[in-house]
Amino acid sequence: MISIRGIQKWFHRGTPQEVHALRGVDLEVAPGDFITIIGSNGAGKSTMLSCIAGALSIDAGSIHFHDTDVTSWPEYRRAGLVARVFQDPLRGTFGGGTIAQNLALALRRGAPRGLRPGVRRHELAFFQERLATLGLGLEHRLHDRVALLSGGQRQALTMVMATLRRPELLLLDEHTAALDPKTAAHILELTERTVAEHGITTLMVTHNMAHAIALGNRLVMMHHGRIVLETRGAEKAALTVTALLDRFHDLNAASDRMILS
Amino acid sequence: MTTAALLAALEQGCLYGIMALGVYITFRVLDFPDLTVDGSLPLGAAVAAVAISSGIDPYSAMVLAGAAGFMAGACTALLHTRLGILGLLASILTMIALYSVNIRIMDGPNRTLLGQPTFLDDLETLGLPLYQVTPWAMAALVLVIACGLIWFLRTEYGQAMLATGDNPAMIRALGVNTDRVLLMGVGLSNALVALCGAVVAQNQGSADVTMGVGTIVAGLASVILGETVVGAATVSRACIAVIIGSILYRIAIALALSIHIGPWSLSPSDLNLVTAILVVLAMTSPRLTRRRSS
Repeated sequence: MISIRGIQKWFHRGTPQEVHALRGVDLEVAPGDFITIIGSNGAGKSTMLSCIAGALSIDAGSIHFHDTDVTSWPEYRRAGLVARVFQDPLRGTFGGGTIAQNLALALRRGAPRGLRPGVRRHELAFFQERLATLGLGLEHRLHDRVALLSGGQRQALTMVMATLRRPELLLLDEHTAALDPKTAAHILELTERTVAEHGITTLMVTHNMAHAIALGNRLVMMHHGRIVLETRGAEKAALTVTALLDRFHDLNAASDRMILS
Repeated sequence: MTTAALLAALEQGCLYGIMALGVYITFRVLDFPDLTVDGSLPLGAAVAAVAISSGIDPYSAMVLAGAAGFMAGACTALLHTRLGILGLLASILTMIALYSVNIRIMDGPNRTLLGQPTFLDDLETLGLPLYQVTPWAMAALVLVIACGLIWFLRTEYGQAMLATGDNPAMIRALGVNTDRVLLMGVGLSNALVALCGAVVAQNQGSADVTMGVGTIVAGLASVILGETVVGAATVSRACIAVIIGSILYRIAIALALSIHIGPWSLSPSDLNLVTAILVVLAMTSPRLTRRRSS
């Protein structure tokens, strides 16, 4: 169980550029939940993921993993619990290293690093086995530098890296948005398969409402730093893109009225 | 160029290759431009000179010099990570502070090692004249250090260090405290530079507070020359390239200083100008050849 309680986040607080990005977000995530998160630009979706990962500190509220309060833990310390895939395929991998070196770094996510060899021979077979599931032929290119791979290949590799060592929580931050439609579909299919296979608790931010409806068991809509809609199970399955768009429209109209009044 | 001049360039190239390997760690591995080296080279020399003249054996003195260099590098890293000072500025601050520190250590602007034991004494026991042995001893020393560095960069920690320079956000998300890695990396780099200073002091028989001027430029020139000539596809290739770059740099300097056009010739004070031109040439030559071929 992951509990996010009343988290608030300001940017440039106390200056004219002040942005109140998260205005009290509460979310209880049960083990095995796959939650899709939608919302317009500036709704606070990515900020929330960054706060959970520890890349951003929060100004109020708390984050618990089971009974452990991780609110004050820096990002590197939370890495043992959380894995993250970003929108930009270049962010998730280390271009100067080989595929094997990247996987070896990911295999030791959250573990102390010492003076033993960075890549060990007996690990290579495991890497090949996991890469083979991608169907991209990367298992034959273990010693190629990652900088030589395409964006789609790098994102597929990042997905493997994120789940090589099973995380308590997987954060996907619009991880297919920068890819062409065919590659995006492949990465999404890979996501669904990996998450289901390993039963990984997942939060996925997306701008694609069809994906948000199709994937996962829960759906959350954010607006102006708050969660404004939460559905699950049958109710979620019954959602349509039109219904969600209407909901967006209402929210925007409401906030426009607020500004005009 | 005479054989003696070539041997001298080999000796200097290998000797300063230790420093260039240090510069490679900050400049290429960590992507952290570090000017501390202009201060940590004389720091190493000063510590070694003072230690030796107070009766400590030369090898322990070199270890002390390395430790002092590590602390200087750590100081720069902490100024950057803890106090948020821009990396380049943090290193300049440490460098200028070290000028005063070095004079304090030596209790004056220089310290001679005449008549003191140095590690070169052990080379003399080999029975060959020193001018013949020293270049090869330096070559052996820099190769041992390069092998150590290659081994280190292939360990778990070394891989995390390479990733820290390449993609800090990614490696932080994988659980590495990048601030600490930077501290270790900049520290290690300056330890090597200070060790180089300790060897230089014993080789030339004195430590001088001004001996560090231009260290960073020579280091960068070596790294870039080596990359251009040898390439840097893998860590081991890059490390060997640094040493070859350092030797080529010393040869180029020797050649430049031997130019005589009528009554006109270059003087040692033109060295910095020559170095700057050399770095520009090394950095732009790949681009120029590419343009010509396309």
